[in-house]
Amino acid sequence: MNWPLEAFLSFLAAGAFGVIFNTPRQTLISCGLVGMTGWLIYRSYNFMMDDSVQATFAGAFGVAIVAHLLAKKFKMPMIIFSVAGIIPLVPGSKAYNAMRNIVENNYLEAITFASEALMISGAVAMGLVFAEVLMQSFFKHQAKRIQKKIGMTLE
Amino acid sequence: MAQIGETRRELALDCFLLAGKILMENGAETYRVEDTMIRMAVSQKMTNSHCFVTPTGIMFSPSDELSTRFVRINNRQTDLERVALVNSVSRRLVAGEFTLSQAYDELQKIDQTNLKFNIWLQILAAATASGCFLILLGGSWTDLPFAFVFGGTGFIIVETILERTRVKFFAEFIGSLAIGLLALLAVHSGFGKDLDTIIIGSIMPLVPGLLITNAVRDLMAGHFVSGLSKGAEAFLTAFAIGGGIALILSF
Repeated sequence: MNWPLEAFLSFLAAGAFGVIFNTPRQTLISCGLVGMTGWLIYRSYNFMMDDSVQATFAGAFGVAIVAHLLAKKFKMPMIIFSVAGIIPLVPGSKAYNAMRNIVENNYLEAITFASEALMISGAVAMGLVFAEVLMQSFFKHQAKRIQKKIGMTLE
Repeated sequence: MAQIGETRRELALDCFLLAGKILMENGAETYRVEDTMIRMAVSQKMTNSHCFVTPTGIMFSPSDELSTRFVRINNRQTDLERVALVNSVSRRLVAGEFTLSQAYDELQKIDQTNLKFNIWLQILAAATASGCFLILLGGSWTDLPFAFVFGGTGFIIVETILERTRVKFFAEFIGSLAIGLLALLAVHSGFGKDLDTIIIGSIMPLVPGLLITNAVRDLMAGHFVSGLSKGAEAFLTAFAIGGGIALILSF
């Protein structure tokens, strides 16, 4: 596999999705970077462990973490950064193959692909949830620390 | 509540509902919308307000004894720049940089101006994304021009039909039907190599990625009504795309 090419293409694809979703102009490059991060994590994990469900989980987790950090930095909703980055992880080809096999009456093959697609979409969801919980507890902890530092107490 | 005058309260309610409406129409998550509205209300000293947001309507009650207001949401699209702008207005209102009437003017400006990228730029972006996905999913370089052109064409068809008929699922069905047909023609005429990757690459711009992400985040925030209805919308979209392609493949 060709790393620089894949990095460039995933950057371009995520940026293009940013244009389609009309994200603010100054965030387009960041959207591309988020997409690139997610795709590279997904591909490297898949390359080493050969498990697309776990790889998708790792990719979605990475996307959500980076999106949260960027949302803090730009002071914008997190969804602006996460959406474009999630798209490459959506199991489009598995769903397509499932449907194709249904049309061709290969139901057993179709069930295999469909359940894989379902597992992968579940992995995307779990990646988002885990990152969300982690980041929220992290930010809460940080806010508490800052409040302690400047001598404010929590209500 | 007593310290806020009648007209000011009505202005505040207009302001909150408009903010919520713009957010919901342009693809924000439901729990974020509720959070934003409640924060804005607290900044205007309405501390025991309640709001209930669904993808099709917003209810806002300023307090127990005052009357509840309701606003209907008819069309939903994806325009994240508006979401970001409303978010910054609400931040500035809460921080005290904006007065209520300034914020309301700003929101109306956001609601009325068209902030979308040029349609040709969007089509180019859809075509680029299709081409990129073709290569990323393991397609061959000779198929690249097909995915590029078909992805753009599919996007144009969906946007045109959406403008004419306002039936989203029909537009997506026809769009994917056209993509499938074009890809089939390209492969049968001997120019295209791999039918599957061309189709998968070209339908990528139509995939309901935002809806899926939104549905998941709403569900885990405990907004089951919104999460399930957005999930249903995503499922219907996926079904429309799949139906269009399946019809072509069955020939």
